[in-house]
Parts: sequence; C-alpha cells; structure tokens
Amino acid sequence: MGQIIQYIRSYLSSSQTPGAAGNMFWVLVYILLVFAGLSVAVIAMNWLERKILAHMQVRLGPMRVGPHGLLQPIADALKLLLKEDIVPAEADGLLFWVAPFVVVLAAFTVFVVVPFGPTHAVTDMNIGILFMLGVSSLSVLGIVMAGWASNSHYPLIGALRSSAQMVSYEVAMGLAVVSAVLMTSLNAEGTGTLSMIGIVQAQQAQGEWFIFKFFPLGLIAFFIFAVAMVAETNRAPFDLAEAESELTAGFHTEYSGFRWSLFFLAEYSAMIAVSSIAVTLWLGGWLRPFANMLGGHTWDQVFSLFPGVTFLLFAAMCFYNTVRMPKHPLFRVQTIGLAGFGVVLGLIGLILFIPAVSTRIQDIFWFAAKVAGFMYLYIWYRGTFPRYRFDQLMRMGWKVLLPLGLGVLILTAGVALLQEKLWHP
Amino acid sequence: MESMLHITTLHYLVLGAALFLLGVIGVLTRRNVVIVLMSIELILNAVNLNLVAFSRLWGGLHGQVFAIFVITDAAAEAAVGLGILIAFFRNKETVNIDEVNLLKW
Amino acid sequence: MAPVATPFFFYLLSGIMLIGGILVITRKNPVHSALALIVTLLAQASIYLMLYAPFVAGVQIILYAGGIMVLFLFVIMLVSIDRSMKERQFNSQWVVGIVAATALGGLFIAVYTKGKDIFPEHALPMVENDNTQQIATMLYGQYMFAFEIASLLLLVAIIGAVVMAKKRI
Repeated sequence: MGQIIQYIRSYLSSSQTPGAAGNMFWVLVYILLVFAGLSVAVIAMNWLERKILAHMQVRLGPMRVGPHGLLQPIADALKLLLKEDIVPAEADGLLFWVAPFVVVLAAFTVFVVVPFGPTHAVTDMNIGILFMLGVSSLSVLGIVMAGWASNSHYPLIGALRSSAQMVSYEVAMGLAVVSAVLMTSLNAEGTGTLSMIGIVQAQQAQGEWFIFKFFPLGLIAFFIFAVAMVAETNRAPFDLAEAESELTAGFHTEYSGFRWSLFFLAEYSAMIAVSSIAVTLWLGGWLRPFANMLGGHTWDQVFSLFPGVTFLLFAAMCFYNTVRMPKHPLFRVQTIGLAGFGVVLGLIGLILFIPAVSTRIQDIFWFAAKVAGFMYLYIWYRGTFPRYRFDQLMRMGWKVLLPLGLGVLILTAGVALLQEKLWHP
Repeated sequence: MESMLHITTLHYLVLGAALFLLGVIGVLTRRNVVIVLMSIELILNAVNLNLVAFSRLWGGLHGQVFAIFVITDAAAEAAVGLGILIAFFRNKETVNIDEVNLLKW
Repeated sequence: MAPVATPFFFYLLSGIMLIGGILVITRKNPVHSALALIVTLLAQASIYLMLYAPFVAGVQIILYAGGIMVLFLFVIMLVSIDRSMKERQFNSQWVVGIVAATALGGLFIAVYTKGKDIFPEHALPMVENDNTQQIATMLYGQYMFAFEIASLLLLVAIIGAVVMAKKRI
C-alpha cells in the first residue's frame, strides 16, 4: 500500500504529460478520468440546460424527479436505454449502425490533447490544435452517413444542410485559429507552436491572454471563433437542420433510444471540445485571471481559495433551497435529498481548501470554470436568439465571417511584424 | 521472422506498392465512375506513403513537403473530377463508364 | 515521442489499410466503398505518425478524411445509385485490367527483390519536436514558388468545379 502511494506521489510531481513520458498506465488513468469527467459534465449540462432555459422563459423546468429536478438526467438516461430500438425497414444496415459511433468517436477522441493544466493532459501532441480541428471535422462524415442511412427525406435534407453548414464554418474557425497561433510566435526565439500546452505557455510567457492582445484584433478573432463554434456544433441560433418545427429532427429523426442518446452525447461533447479550444487559444487555458495586475504571492493565495469557495457557495445555495422547500410530508424525501447533496458539495469544498489538493486542482478548476462559462453562453444563446434561415446562415459563413477572418489574419500578421521590427530590431 | 520484426523502409515500400496495385485494379476494372475516382485517391495515397517513407530514411523533410503538395493536388483533382461527373450525370443520367462513349465513331 | 511497439502497430495498420483497399474496389454500394476509403485514410494517417511526420498526418486527417471524403459522399448522394447498384459492377474490359495489374505486380516484385540491398540498415535519426516549424521553413523558403502555384491551382479548381456543376452559367 505504501508502495502504491509512493508510486502515485512520484508520478504527481513529474513535469511532463503521461503521453510525452511514455507512461502507458497513467495514460490509461487519465483517459478514464477524462471520460468520467466528460460524462458527468454532459449529465450536468442536460440538467442545467433545461433549468436555465426554463428560468429564462419565466417558468420552473423539471421539479418533480428529484429535488429541483436534479435526478431528471438519470430518468432521461433510463428512458433512452429502455426505449425500443427501431431500425427503418429500407435503411442501410451497416451505415445506420456505424453513423452514431463515428460521431461519438470524433467527439471523444478530441479530448486526448485538451490541456487541463501544464501536465494535466493525456498527451501533448506537437500538432495539438491541428489534431483537434481535424478530428472534430470527422463528425461531418458521421452526420452525412446518418442522414443517408435513414433512407428518408427529412433526415437526408437535414444531414446535407448540417454538413454544409459545418464545413462552411470550419473555414472561418480555421482562420481564427491561425491568427491566434500566429500570436504564439511573438517570443524571443520567434518560433510559434501548434501544441495546446505550448499555446497556453506562450500566453503565460507573454503576460497577456490572446483575447486582449493587439486590441481589438484578438477580440475580433475570438468573436469569429465564438460564432463559428456555435454553428459548428449545430446549436441555436444555427440549428435549422435539427429544429423540431422545421425538419422534424433533422439527421437523427429515425434514430431512437440508445442510438439517439449517442448523438446527444456527441453533441454536448463537441460543445465542450470547441469551448476548450476557445478557452485554450484566447482565454489563457488554465491560467488564473489577473495574473499580471494582481500578481504576487498574497494574490496567488487569494485566488487559490476560489475552488473551495465556489463549492461552498453551491452548498449554501442547496441549504437555502432546502429551507425553502414546502413543508409537506410528501416532500420529505426530496428535502432530505437536497440537504444531503448540499452536505456532499460542502465536503468537497472543504477538501479543496487543503493546500496539497488545492495546488493540484487550481489549473483544472480555472479551465473548467472558463469552459462552464462558455456552456452558459451556449444556453443563453438558445434562449435568446431567433433561428437563422439556412440561406442567411450560409451567407454569413461565407460572406461575413470568412472575409473578416482573412482581414484579422492579415492585420495580425502585419502588427506582429511591426512589433518585431520596431521594438526588437 | 527476425527480419519481419524489425520494420525497415522496405516494409513501407511494399505496403505502398500493394496499395498502388489495389488502386490500379480498381481504376481498370470498375464500372462506377465514383469508385474509379476513389481508386485514384488510393493510388495517390500509395505515392504519399512512399514519399514519407523515403523522407524518414534520409532524414530530410523534402519528402514530407512533397507529400503535402500531393494531398493538395489530390483535393483539387477530386473536386474537378466530381464536377465533371455531375455535369455528365446531368446529361446522361448514368454513372457507368461503359456509357461514356459520346466521342466513339 | 518515439513510436512504441512498432512491429505490432505497423502490421495492424497495414492490415487495416489493405483490407480497406480491397473493400474499396470490390463493394457494390459506393457509400460502403467511401466508408472503407475513410478507414484506409485514417490508418494511413497513423502510419505517418509512426514515420515521424505528424504534420502530414494532421493534414491527411483534415484534408483527405475530413474534406475530400465529405465531397465524395455529397456527390454519391446527389447522383442516384439505385439503378447502378443493380447492374454488373465490373466493366467490359476487366480481363485486360487484371492482366495489366498482374504485370505491374510482377514488375514491383522484381524491382524490390533485386534492389532491397541498397537501403541502409538503420534510418537516420529524426526529431519530431519541431517538425511543423521545419516544414514551415521549407514551405515558405525553398518551396515558395511551388506553394504559390499550388494556391493558384486550388483557385482554378474551385472556379472550374463551380462552373461545371452549375445549372446555368
């Protein structure tokens, strides 16, 4: 037992990702951790989306299944697993079976290079951002196959529209990414990097997040990516291809039960993946906010209290709502459940105050907090914006975002060259 | 058996040659134009594999740069080829190579 | 990072590529052929990773598997295939094709068995850390002219494909 703890401790103080160190056991552990974290995140997203959307529309959302609907995602998952698996008669068997797996594969493989910290990634590929863009473009294939295999009109049109939209906005995404990668080369040696950990370390070395660099160029590039990533994941306001009032359900009309849940899982994972790209490239990855203006040891201590304080705030909200629960015998189980959940969250918050845990969780906490901010933005867009018509969508992708991306790229390159020549001759 | 465990450049070249052969068989024997175009992509990939294997052997990166250019050209050629296919299909309603014989005397 | 377990992965990936290639040229349904070609291309990207070429692997995944194959799938769906799937699938000169391919195969075997001694025993060492930077230096330095010509080629291809596929010019 002591040997195991020794082994774990000796690993935790290494300075490389497990993939770079060639340590296969820890690679597997990290993959399992990422997988588990992603599943928890998708379940939480399901609940959060329904509750936040409901509150934005001045209603309550799911309240019955658990206290304040907290067990609703579990009920949804059970329902989907128990539903009848309908395969259309004329459907192409192999393609119908393979399509959800391709989409899930593309959405999950991306997380191999997502950096949760300087050594907290499964591996640090030399071509990290290129790999992420490439593998997330493989989900287009899955969608096209799903639409084709259903052998029906609505899925086919929905699939063709979805894939045309995704392919168009990938170009704008790529240009925005290139202008961010350009900013990584503004260091002493003049070499940039495509590796995700390298990009965050470049932001750390240059002392500002790329969203604020060369103001407003970094901001415009971030804006282009933020719009393109919503279109890439087929979310509102770009969800014409799967909107229920337009095309029944688009490319996943004929999928039911477990197969549909795979598409749903892949959609949320893709949302988290492109948000991770945005956070890494422009918002400083795992770096804490105000690292320059509020620097120094005491401010570091203050910011290291944030993880514990966040969970204690969640626990306090749970206890407050427990007190506000109706005092009726039928609500007794829910009240006790909510109080128990609050206790668990409070315990996690207290554990996060321990310095040994807090120093390791810092990076992961800030990264997760920024990605959670993006998830809230996604839900906010869904509750606020009307849907784009398909021709308006394509017009915006090709005629607005693409020239804007090219312009930002050229201007960023020009300003970077000027900076190199004027300040470091 | 020992020589099969140590992967040398020759292994990659033989793999490339096998892919090239499969592509050539596909081009010469299939009727469907789309599958002929996909076999041409197989041929181009076999050539890329050879280029990158030799680049690995001699340590320079010229082979890899050439492979990137080949991939770019393959994209352009696939786009133009499929455009021709669509234009032809619009006229003749078939994707059968044996019926592409308008210039036959 | 150096490749690990090279023989195992090489034989696994080459098996996948060869099976994928055979499926491409023998399937009756073009969509199944396209699927097999996607598998072949992804396996080839993994082999590029084994050959110390991560940038070419990334380009292969983005362009070939994520771009060209999407184009193929779109066109297959636009072109009706139901009638063509019920006909014969090998064309009228398949005998000549097989004979020519066999001759080519014989040529390959002859060349490779005669010349397999010219390769040095071990490959020269290559680092992988700055592969992208070195390729960029070469692309924009030594091969700048070819780079510009390639972009001109892509422009011509875009215009050509759009003009040919339009209904009315």
